[in-house]
Amino acid sequence: MDPTPTGTTQTPTRTRPGVGVSGSARPRLAGHVRLTFCRTRQRKVLLHPETVVVLNGSGAAILELCDGRHTVAEIMTELGARYQTVPEDEVRQFLTRLIVRRWVELSDG
Amino acid sequence: MDSPLGLLAELTYRCPLACPYCSNPLNLADYQDELTTDEWLRVLTEAEDMGVLQCHLSGGEPLLRRDLAELVTHAHALGLYTNLITSALGFSRPRAERLRAAGLDHVQISIQADEPTVSDRIAGIPSFRRKIEAMAVVKELGWPLTMNVVLHRHNIDRIADVLALAEEVGADRVELANTQYYGWAWRNRAALLPSRAQLEAAEAVVRATGERLRDRMDIIYVIPDYYSRYPKPCMGGWASRQLTVTPNGDVLPCPAAQSLPLPRASVREDQLKRIWAEAPVMTAFRGTDWMPEPCRSCPRREVDFGGCRCQAFLLTGDAARTDPVCYLSRDHDLVARAVEAANADSRDDGLPLVPRPHRPGLPPVARPRPDRPVGGGRPS
Repeated sequence: MDPTPTGTTQTPTRTRPGVGVSGSARPRLAGHVRLTFCRTRQRKVLLHPETVVVLNGSGAAILELCDGRHTVAEIMTELGARYQTVPEDEVRQFLTRLIVRRWVELSDG
Repeated sequence: MDSPLGLLAELTYRCPLACPYCSNPLNLADYQDELTTDEWLRVLTEAEDMGVLQCHLSGGEPLLRRDLAELVTHAHALGLYTNLITSALGFSRPRAERLRAAGLDHVQISIQADEPTVSDRIAGIPSFRRKIEAMAVVKELGWPLTMNVVLHRHNIDRIADVLALAEEVGADRVELANTQYYGWAWRNRAALLPSRAQLEAAEAVVRATGERLRDRMDIIYVIPDYYSRYPKPCMGGWASRQLTVTPNGDVLPCPAAQSLPLPRASVREDQLKRIWAEAPVMTAFRGTDWMPEPCRSCPRREVDFGGCRCQAFLLTGDAARTDPVCYLSRDHDLVARAVEAANADSRDDGLPLVPRPHRPGLPPVARPRPDRPVGGGRPS
């Protein structure tokens, strides 16, 4: 067999300073990524071939809206209705991190 | 103790390939009594019940199990993310369509080099073209594709061409995995370990290509730990996040751990959940209490967890020692000497590679190095 994940991986330089997430972009999960609920942990999780991300409440709320239909601006509005404060910068940073890892894709509105 | 996130289901150790870097155990004959379909279905159910989210279907060659689609169907119904780790031999179009319908999420196909002659020599069987065809089927049926290449002395110089091939076949991810020295790779270490100059050249190519392709392809580079200052954080810590079930039902924290002198734990004799929580094979090195110095007082003890227990055992005969890869290990000279030999001007270029047998019981036969022409047996 081939080696399996042993926590030994390094990803080459991945900083992409120029990535901007415009309000009209429509994010969606990449094809190889699945958002699901973990019964044992009672949390939403993001699954990827080699990785599991256990999400906090707001992370899960953002990703549920990454359906290719909502724009980033609409996601902010939606979150604003659910949470008292929505730090827009943080939402954009969260999305940017996932885009850089190619777990979320953008199509322009 | 946390719940495990991933299950590595080693469905069989039978394999049509005979790669000399294989990490399967040397005593393949001890794993012939494979779990039945019903036993695997129960393992999957128990794994999901204890919090496992990902199921890696591996081997050997998992496609040799006729019940593979049935196992995928069950894992998918349980909500597991299913990942097939395959040589692609046996990945026919009808078989692929059945697996797609069963809900398989992701396919990882290994290839041994960027072109048929070298790839087939390393694999020990004509297979390159079938692998390329299988990669096309994966893409056509809409799966994400990971191309996996195990790197060693006989193919690492071809890394630019390997990456070009990954681009050509449309891989979403390419895993460039420097050989980890367990099982057959351990036996072939002297012939497989690359030189420092080879690694430096390869890493420069990986960096440049990673930058160029960053929007299209993930490049995962598994570090050559013999050349590292610190050991790898193996499995994210012993029995911390992953568990392995071998073809005969043994439960292990990692696929290399069957070599350690710890009592067996089998799904045929106990529940997975209890094994994970209580079996000595799981508890022996969990956490940090087992650590000797210099790990015990090291600020990195929860970064790399003392490195790899199996590597410590293979190199020193004691699984509880610091991984000798670490420059702080008292046994570091064991690694340093292997590295020195790989870089010596006087190194013997004719070191034989012992292929792993396809099936247990076949005596291994040394064959010439893959980068040296062989008479006859030309790949198709």
